[in-house]
Amino acid sequence: MHDTIKKGDGGKMKKVYLDNGATTMIDPRVIKKMTPYFSDKYGNASSTHSFGRDAKQAIEEARAAIAKTINAKPDEIIFTSGGTESNNFAIKSIAFTNKDKGNHIIVSKTEHKCIMNACKWLEKQGFKITYLKVDKEGFVNPDDLEKAITKTTTIVSVLHGNNETGTINDIKKLAEICKKHNIYFHTDACQSYTKTDINVKKQPVDLITLNAHKIHGPKGVGALYIRKGTKIDIWQHGGAHEFDMRAGTENIHGIVGFAEAAKIAMNKKYIKHMSRLRDMLIEGILKIPKVKLNGPKGNKRLCNNANFSFKGIEGEAIGGYLDTKGIASSTGSACSAKTLESSYVLMAIGLSHQDANGSLRLTLSRFTTEEEIEYTLKVLPGIVNSLRRISPLWEE
Amino acid sequence: MYTEKIIEHFKNPKHAGEIKNPDAIGQEGNPQCGDIMKIFLKIKDNRITDVKFKTFGCIAAIATSDMLCELAKGKIIEEALALTPKDIINSLGDMPPIKHHCSLLGIKALKNAITDYKTK
Repeated sequence: MHDTIKKGDGGKMKKVYLDNGATTMIDPRVIKKMTPYFSDKYGNASSTHSFGRDAKQAIEEARAAIAKTINAKPDEIIFTSGGTESNNFAIKSIAFTNKDKGNHIIVSKTEHKCIMNACKWLEKQGFKITYLKVDKEGFVNPDDLEKAITKTTTIVSVLHGNNETGTINDIKKLAEICKKHNIYFHTDACQSYTKTDINVKKQPVDLITLNAHKIHGPKGVGALYIRKGTKIDIWQHGGAHEFDMRAGTENIHGIVGFAEAAKIAMNKKYIKHMSRLRDMLIEGILKIPKVKLNGPKGNKRLCNNANFSFKGIEGEAIGGYLDTKGIASSTGSACSAKTLESSYVLMAIGLSHQDANGSLRLTLSRFTTEEEIEYTLKVLPGIVNSLRRISPLWEE
Repeated sequence: MYTEKIIEHFKNPKHAGEIKNPDAIGQEGNPQCGDIMKIFLKIKDNRITDVKFKTFGCIAAIATSDMLCELAKGKIIEEALALTPKDIINSLGDMPPIKHHCSLLGIKALKNAITDYKTK
């Protein structure tokens, strides 16, 4: 890539980071932008003195920059502590604020854990949740959504880009259905933000979760887009920050970093770069016998996501061997989960336990190089072979 | 998360593989929980003279399988039957509590193999 930036531990061992779906390296340009806000312009944006005014100005500039990336108005952007907070804010607050209309919520079976666990909690509070099935590639069928809507439905939440399967749902179609039925539509766009178009003028989505650390920004900062006119109460109470919608002293350096990261990431050349390397990776890995790609191919897949199931071997073990070669990956295997359960997302697209446990996710970034993909493709077949040789489930 | 010893046994399992014409075979586990272990024994004069394993599973599953084989090799059947998950974990240094069940997998597979031997 054109951005030549040194990564890893100073070259002792080759280090290849292919877990950008988990988090990303902060772009040095972002760090540079953030630095003055730690020790120079460190004011509280609520203060009226010059320090406070500097902070306030920085936040408002950042808000305008983030709004621009999705074609929204600045006052429709509320800064939060990240994707989890934005998701919790959206679904819980809409549910409670619109309780007089009904208590029914619709989500897909492949939402991120923060939506899933928020829904479990909402069920305990008396709300009814419908979990929409997805097809073999992870897509929600808009007809299924329309059929699930009842008179008491208040909000639908469907993930934009899936963190495991890379599936990009058609949020335009899904949002249009909700609009027709006068229901709020929320999407978690943490994985898809800047990697595929989000435009609130064209996609009638009411609420969008965004975050910084998946796009080479800092951890601990995100935003919730709330369309003007949406009936939603403050969820985190305190001072009158963020148009009185989210209390808490603003994370000024984080917000500044988030906006800078988003501005840089909006350059479409990065999508092209990541898509090309992703396809090179997919093509190379599918040459290994008895491997299948999980999720769709082409432009309906996140440009940085690849996910495979390897017959007869287990994902954490593959990741363990990759780690010894300096390659960072992740898996949907039960073995690596704190709950010891196979990924519910991979199960929802119809994988067997064995295939879900044999899954490996490799996620790229704009800093990923062709050489790193070549290196991965060089070491992976040997790892798969040696694990298969010791697997009781693999017959030559 | 894992001790160096676990990683070493995972990376270079000395007992991985199969024994041709084994005197006993034992298997344990199911794909749902993620781990399956198959163990092959050579037994002579009531003593385990050789032992190999094949495991579908994670880092801990492979490392505990290898350690179990190391502990079982050379033991008489009664001694092998007395092995516990704790013996495996202690020999590996330590293991995250969530992975302790992996060590039980090996113990059960070994018991199944010995039962197989006795019923032959």
